[in-house]
Amino acid sequence: MLKDITIGQFFPGNSLIHRLDSRFKIIMDIAYVVMLFTASNYLGLIAVGLFMILLYIMSGVGLRLVLKSLRPIMPLIAITCILNLFFIRGSGEPLLNIGGVIMIYPEGITTSIFMAVRIMFLIIGMSLLTYTTSPIELTDAIERLLSPLKKLHFPVHELAMMMTIALRFIPTLIEETDKIMSAQKARGANLDTGGLIKKAKALIPVMIPLFVSAFKRANELALAMECRCYRGGEGRTRMKQLHSGLKDYIALAVMAVFFAELILLNIYIPYLGIPYMVP
Amino acid sequence: MSVIELKNVTYKYSAGTPFEAVAVNNVSLTVEKGEFCGIIGHTGSGKSTLIQHLNGLVKPTFGEVYIDGENIWSKDVDIREVRFKAGLVFQYSEHQLFEETVYKDISYGPKNMGLSEEEIDTRVRAAAESMGISEELLERSPFDLSGGQKRRVALAGIIAMEPEILILDEPAAGLDPIGRESVLSRISEYHKKYGTTILLVSHSMEDIVRFAEKVLVMNKGEVFCHSPTDEVFARQDEIIKIGLDVPQITRVIMKLRQKGIDLGSDIYTVERAKERILEYMAKGRIC
Ligand SMILES: Nc1ncnc2c1ncn2[C@@H]1O[C@H](COP(=O)(O)OP(=O)(O)OP(=O)(O)O)[C@@H](O)[C@H]1O
Ligand SMILES: [Mg+2]
Repeated sequence: MLKDITIGQFFPGNSLIHRLDSRFKIIMDIAYVVMLFTASNYLGLIAVGLFMILLYIMSGVGLRLVLKSLRPIMPLIAITCILNLFFIRGSGEPLLNIGGVIMIYPEGITTSIFMAVRIMFLIIGMSLLTYTTSPIELTDAIERLLSPLKKLHFPVHELAMMMTIALRFIPTLIEETDKIMSAQKARGANLDTGGLIKKAKALIPVMIPLFVSAFKRANELALAMECRCYRGGEGRTRMKQLHSGLKDYIALAVMAVFFAELILLNIYIPYLGIPYMVP
Repeated sequence: MSVIELKNVTYKYSAGTPFEAVAVNNVSLTVEKGEFCGIIGHTGSGKSTLIQHLNGLVKPTFGEVYIDGENIWSKDVDIREVRFKAGLVFQYSEHQLFEETVYKDISYGPKNMGLSEEEIDTRVRAAAESMGISEELLERSPFDLSGGQKRRVALAGIIAMEPEILILDEPAAGLDPIGRESVLSRISEYHKKYGTTILLVSHSMEDIVRFAEKVLVMNKGEVFCHSPTDEVFARQDEIIKIGLDVPQITRVIMKLRQKGIDLGSDIYTVERAKERILEYMAKGRIC
């Protein structure tokens, strides 16, 4: 079922990770991504991986979910692997040489594995943020973090509001899509088989009702917001304030120490590194 | 012969995630050919989930589903054939309409069955007729209709497939009294005319009692009972206990019994109540 896509979902909980200030979590998430891309050798990558696993254990989010979140990006990983495998030219003899066109070098293999693992870690690590932070907290934090941009007349509040609404309605729309698909299947719709064009055509009976109801919903939501006197971000207060405390600063410090270690690792053990790669 | 047979069917939503929820729990059940079965149960008791098993929209986590004695999940069964055999009308079915005209929308199902043009035309017109959709309405856009009309169009869309089993999930929900009456009595007429097996999910005891011969009561994903209407209301105390309503008139009769006027415990329609009260009064015990 569509509903079982777990990427970007929120799993309520009460772990330390759940309770961290969402602004800090976003900053740390960004730091994590940077870290992942600074790790230029396997040792660094493994270290980042272990760090991530530790965080997952602390958060209490199950491993099966994590693996599930990887499923939709498998094609991307496969493409990356293939590209790296075929296009990286190493210094030594190729392992496989078919007419001088397809050449696979040992470096190609190591790089593709490296890239695959890196993408997986990227998705798994970033997912932790959405798994443990409610959409409202997330957009709140983004609004707060971006608030300096308001001075440049950047519509921060509007952007955050749009994100909140989008996040709020994704599950609703997914549920609705599921329902409409079921209803059309009950009338014999054949949504799974056939070529691309046939499949696209078969989706019309799903898309039209979905759009009709999405527009209706948008209209109703706008009306409901209007009725409650919504008039943009100016002077708006919040029911739930974000609070940062000692634990957030400690978490940030831990992250910083880890980052520093990773950089040292990069400097002192460059031999496991990879000559060059296709991103 | 039983057309529907469920054997120990269990269904879990989002199995293997923290959101896992057992919606149907170890349900075994048989429905006879030509039966008009009402399904009732409080919100979330698993009615909608249960009926989606009958045309293969959901696959049981455990257990088997037989339609016409055939296991619908065995390899050599085409699941689409099962869906043509067991027509399912969803809750708020008007949301599934998508075509430019009512006619085209009703013909979507028959077209998927691969029928000939003439056959489709006959079926669409017959289905429209049995749901009281006038010729003039057939050429209108389904999005311009009223809620009740849309609902009837959606019903006609399934009926046009001429399924052996017609499953309806709250076909009258959200309609005004006239809309309700028109939808339900048309279903009942259809049943009488073609002898189709009908499963009707409803929250209204009154409706179920008026039309159904047997009642399936669901409670927390399990079958509480599946028996002829009379027998179900003989257990009215238990039914009230699981949070369901009995028909209003039955409650009146219950109250009367508590006051010492016993008219019998098998009264659930106003007509029968009237008979009994008149009988009772004829014996001269009141006034
Ligand atoms: N898509 C879904 N994902 C997860 N859980 C679901 C889903 N649909 C239903 N459930 C759960 O399964 C249980 C049974 O739901 P179901 O829709 O079958 O109930 P119902 O008897 O039809 O209720 P209603 O009378 O409100 O229509 C409920 O507890 C519900 O929360
Ligand atoms: Mg339901």
